[in-house]
Amino acid sequence: MSMRKSTLGVLAGLAAGAVILTGCSSATETKATASEGAPGEGTSAVGFIMVGPKDDYGYNQAVYEGSEVIKKEFPDVEVMTAENVPEDDTAATTMEQMIDKGAKLIFATSYGHLDAALKVAEDHPDVVVVQQGNTITDDVPDNSGTYFGTVYEPMYLAGIAAGASTKTNKLGYVYAFPIPQTIANINAFERGAQSVNPDAETITVSTSSWCDPGKQQAAAESLLSQDVDVLTQHQDCTATVIQAAEKAGAMTVGYHADASSIAPTGWLTGAVWDWGPLYTDIVKTVIDGDFVGSEYNDNFRVGYKTGTNPFVLAPYGPDVTEETQTKITEAQKWLGTDEGSPFVGPVLDQDGKVKVEDGDIPTYADVDAMDYFVQGVVGKLAQ
Amino acid sequence: MSLIVDVLSGGVRGGTSIMYAGLGETVSERSGVINLGTEGSMLVGALGAYAVGVETGNPWIGVLAGAAAGGLLALLHAYLVVRRGASQFASGLTLLFLALGLTSLFGASYVGQPVVGFDKWDVPLLSDIPFVGPIFFQQDPLLYLSYFMVPLVWFVLFKTRVGLLIRTAGERSDSLTVHGYSVRTWRMIAVTVGGCLAGIGGAHLSTAYANAWFENMVAGRGFIAVALVIFAVWSPFRVMGGAYLFGTAIALGPALQARGYEINQFLLDAVPFVLTLVVLTVLGKKTLSSSPAELKRVFENAPPAT
Repeated sequence: MSMRKSTLGVLAGLAAGAVILTGCSSATETKATASEGAPGEGTSAVGFIMVGPKDDYGYNQAVYEGSEVIKKEFPDVEVMTAENVPEDDTAATTMEQMIDKGAKLIFATSYGHLDAALKVAEDHPDVVVVQQGNTITDDVPDNSGTYFGTVYEPMYLAGIAAGASTKTNKLGYVYAFPIPQTIANINAFERGAQSVNPDAETITVSTSSWCDPGKQQAAAESLLSQDVDVLTQHQDCTATVIQAAEKAGAMTVGYHADASSIAPTGWLTGAVWDWGPLYTDIVKTVIDGDFVGSEYNDNFRVGYKTGTNPFVLAPYGPDVTEETQTKITEAQKWLGTDEGSPFVGPVLDQDGKVKVEDGDIPTYADVDAMDYFVQGVVGKLAQ
Repeated sequence: MSLIVDVLSGGVRGGTSIMYAGLGETVSERSGVINLGTEGSMLVGALGAYAVGVETGNPWIGVLAGAAAGGLLALLHAYLVVRRGASQFASGLTLLFLALGLTSLFGASYVGQPVVGFDKWDVPLLSDIPFVGPIFFQQDPLLYLSYFMVPLVWFVLFKTRVGLLIRTAGERSDSLTVHGYSVRTWRMIAVTVGGCLAGIGGAHLSTAYANAWFENMVAGRGFIAVALVIFAVWSPFRVMGGAYLFGTAIALGPALQARGYEINQFLLDAVPFVLTLVVLTVLGKKTLSSSPAELKRVFENAPPAT
C-alpha cells in the first residue's frame, strides 16, 4: 500500500515537473511552435562574437553598432556580445556559452572565426551560426552561411571624390597585404578617380601588417613627400595615416569608420560599415523560421546591384563640391544597374595588357580573382 | 636629393625612440646589468604616455607618465636580478611578456582614440640650413630633447661622481664595496634610469611619431636598442649614430615603394638586423673586449649580479 503511494507520489512529482518545465520553455519562445522548429526559429537571444575591441574605431566597432541596431529592432530579444574573441577554439567556447544562455542565432564576425563557427553549427543543428567575410567551400550546412558586402563599390565612389579634389593628381594608398579585397579596393579607387580625372594616379605602399603604427607613419610620410595630397588605406587601425595627412595639410579618404572628427579640414569621405539593415534582415529571417534555403543559407554577398550594400559611403567633408557629390550619387545609381561596374572594359594592367575586353562587365566573382593593379596604380603588388 | 633628405629625416624621426632606449640600456649595461625587458619598458612607456596624454590633453605629462611606467618595470627587473639573484636574461624576457600582456589588455580602450601629441616645430634659423635643416631641425620637441639627452648621459656617465659609481659597479664591483658604496644600490639606480629612458622612447613612438596606440606597436625596437648598445661599444654618442642608421634602414622601404621601385618588403624589414650582424662580425673581438667587465660575466653565464 505504501509502495503504491510513494510510487504515485514520484509519478505525480515527475508529471508536475514535466508540466512546469514545458511551461517554462514555451514562455521563453517568442513564437508558438506549431512545427518542430526550424534552426534558430523564435530565438530569444542573439549573440555576436568579435575578434577585437568594440571601440577600435573600425571593423569591430561597426559590428557592435550593428548589434545595437538589433537591440532596437527586436526589443524582446536579448543581444549578447563578446569582444576580443581570438580566431581559434576559444571562439567555439564563447559561442557555446552564448548557446547555453539561450542564443539560437550567432554571428561570428571575423574572417578567421569560420572553422569554430562551422564546428558549433555542426554540434547544434537547432542553432543558426552565420559568419562574416569568409567563404564555405564545401556544402553549406542547413544551419550556417556566410555574408559580406562588396567593399570596392564605395571605394570607387570615394575615388571619384579623391580624383575630383586632388590638386597634384597624386593619390596615396597604404595597405597591408595583396588580398583580393585590397586589390579590388585599390583598383576601384583608381578607376573612380580616373573617371573624373584621367591624370590621377594612385601610389601604393605596403606595410605588411594590418596595424603597425610605426610602419603606417613611415608609409604616410613617404607618400606625402611625393606630393600625394589625398591619402587612403586598407588597414585595421586608421588613426595614424589620417593624422599624418591632416598635419601635412593633405586630404583623407577614410576606411572602416567615419574618422572625420580627427581630420576636420581634410576629410573627403570614406567607406564605412553599416551592418544594421543586413543584420536586421538576417535576424528576422531566422526568427521567422525561414533560414533554411534562404539566401543567407549560402555564401551571401551583396552589393549595389543585388541589394543593400552594408559598406556605405561616409558623410562628405567640407572640400567635396556639390558637383562632385552629384557625380557620386549618379555613379552609385549606375553601379546598381546591370551595366554599371568600376571595371567596365577596357581595363588595362600596369603593363598595358588588356585584362577586361571593351564593353565586358566582370562579375563579383571575376573581381575577386583580380591579381593585378590597373593602369594608373603606381607600385608593384607586394609579394 | 629630395629622396635622400626625406629618407634621412624619416630615419632620424623613426630612430629617436630606439635612441632613447639605447641611451637607457647603455646606462644599465655600464653598471653590469643587461635588460632584455627594454622592449617592455618601451611598451608601458608608449601606452602610459598615450593614455595620460589622452586623459590630460598634455603630451609632456604623458612623457612623465611614460618615463615612470618604463622605470617601474625596470625597477622590477633590477629587484629580481640584483636582490633576488635571478638570471638577467630570464627576468628581462619575463617582464617583457608581462608588459606585452598588460599593455594589450589595458590599451584596448585607447585604440582609435585621438591624442594631442607632439607637433612638428621648425627651429628658427637652423631649420633653413640646406640638407641639415630638414633632417635635424624640422622635427618634434621630444626629439629635440633627445639631442640634449645624449651629451647629458655622456656627461653624467663620464664626468660626474654618480657616473663613476655606476661604471665602477660594472667594471670592478669589489672596488665599490671596498670604498663603502653599495653595488646593489647603484645597479638598481642605473637599471631604473635605463627603464625611464626606454619609457620616454616608447612615449615618442606613440605620441610623437605614430600618434596612435596599438598592442605590440613597439614591434621589436627594444631589442634593436639592446643590440645597438653592444655594437655602439657602450658609448652614448655612437648610440645616437647607430639609432639614426637603423631608423634610416626602416624608413628606406616605404620611401622606395612610394617612388615606384620594386623591392621585396621582407628583405628590407630585415635590414636593421642584418646591419647589426654585419657590424658585430666586423667589430666582433673588439666589442667583447671593451665591454664592461661585469657584463662579460653575464655573457659567460657567470654567477648572477648580486
